[in-house]
Amino acid sequence: MIKTIYSKGKLAAKTGNEVMAEAMRQIEPDVVAAYPITPATEIVQIFSQFVADGKVKTEFVAVESEHSAMSATLAATAAGARAMTGTSSQGLCYMWEMLNIAAGLRLPVVLAEVNRAISAPINIHGDQSDTMGARDTGWIQIYSENSQEAYDNMIQAVRIAEAAKLPTLITTDGFIISHCMEVVELYPDEDVKKFVGQYKPDRYLLDVDRPVTLGSIELQDFYFEHRWQLAQAMRDSKKIISEVAEDFEKTFGRKYDFYEKYKLDDAEIAIVVIGSTAGTAKVAVDALREKGVKAGLLKIRVYRPFPAELIAKDLAKIKAFAVLDRADSCSGTFAPLYTDVVAALYAAGVSAPKAINYVYGLGGREISVAHLTQVYDTLSKIASGDAQASTNLEYINVRL
Amino acid sequence: MKKEENRKFNVSELVEAGLVEGGTAEAFLTGSWRSDRPVWDKNKCIHCLNCWISCPDSSIKIASDEKRVTVVTGIDYDHCKGCGICAAECPPKIKALSMEQEKK
Repeated sequence: MIKTIYSKGKLAAKTGNEVMAEAMRQIEPDVVAAYPITPATEIVQIFSQFVADGKVKTEFVAVESEHSAMSATLAATAAGARAMTGTSSQGLCYMWEMLNIAAGLRLPVVLAEVNRAISAPINIHGDQSDTMGARDTGWIQIYSENSQEAYDNMIQAVRIAEAAKLPTLITTDGFIISHCMEVVELYPDEDVKKFVGQYKPDRYLLDVDRPVTLGSIELQDFYFEHRWQLAQAMRDSKKIISEVAEDFEKTFGRKYDFYEKYKLDDAEIAIVVIGSTAGTAKVAVDALREKGVKAGLLKIRVYRPFPAELIAKDLAKIKAFAVLDRADSCSGTFAPLYTDVVAALYAAGVSAPKAINYVYGLGGREISVAHLTQVYDTLSKIASGDAQASTNLEYINVRL
Repeated sequence: MKKEENRKFNVSELVEAGLVEGGTAEAFLTGSWRSDRPVWDKNKCIHCLNCWISCPDSSIKIASDEKRVTVVTGIDYDHCKGCGICAAECPPKIKALSMEQEKK
């Protein structure tokens, strides 16, 4: 149960979509351009109601597609406005071209994203295939375990994006978070507005006194340097994300980091996971701890930039861990999160822990405490030497 | 060439996102792109300025004469890409502009 931590905070029953819309109302961007898609529709639907009711001064642009939504949003940002949008799944796929352009032009667009499976077969339920597909587009990616985190992440995203000059997306798991009502602590409008501050771009297209061209062609002679700058901005954004989280904790009381360590410090076995499944895993960890099993959890919050060095340090003493991916890269080998985690360990010279990669929950397939307990049981056997870690990509709860 | 100097800029010297300051197109010399060059005959020209208003690269040079009338003074070969619009727009009875193959 979530309790008020901030002195002026108020508890409310809200779904993930409602809190994301609420955060957008409090942030009150200059422009929102959006196109509806399940399960993210409500975010901008509720927000457009705020616009219609005069609760915000935002210019709302009802566009004809997600490609246009991202185009209009990044263009508004380039013009000097603070702009946001929301989407999911196929919508994010349709934005893909413009996602890369927002990053390449270093525009701090903020996107409220709801993780949903991608077609085909057509499916509206939660998995992380959509944002995993966009992991190399130069966007900061921050995932939320529950509605409270979604709300807090949205508020932080604006400052992170604008300081890093990188577009930033905040996600929740489709339906599990987006449509589930939870108790959330909301902060007063003026306090959120004060935390977020004003958007003050150095250069913008509507600055008639200092005109600029943005988006010109760059061939063999300049392109590489600007792409390096983009990659470096992602590396540099780690410091910004930490600073914003520190200020957020100082202001509202909730502590955020690149990832959450749940009973990990003395753990022998651990699960690495992203999003709402972390909540389920915590229940499994608590039960195992009562039985004396040293189980732990590493819940990724910030996936891009990937906190490789820190993860390598925290997993170095683990005997066996499992990386759970809610997306399959169909690469012929392993799934995205596992690839990142294992590369992080190898680069840091950590080779002792045994590791397994599981894909789970595609298209909203159930992932229960029992499934996760089974993963921990397998890890226990590997840690004690009674079993070998699988060298193949494994699947949870699929009929093989 | 200016372009060659620009090649030396490294990541810390280059502006983010390839942002280009206003008015910098003047420093970017595109004359070498030409395969045909416009040739202006000063004696035939009636200074109607059709070429000047039609040129997509602002490469028709103009100035005020002693009576403060705007007249054509020549062609900016540093920026002219040789599209031939000026020669096509020059009144047929005047033919002060003609296209010739560029000498390599």
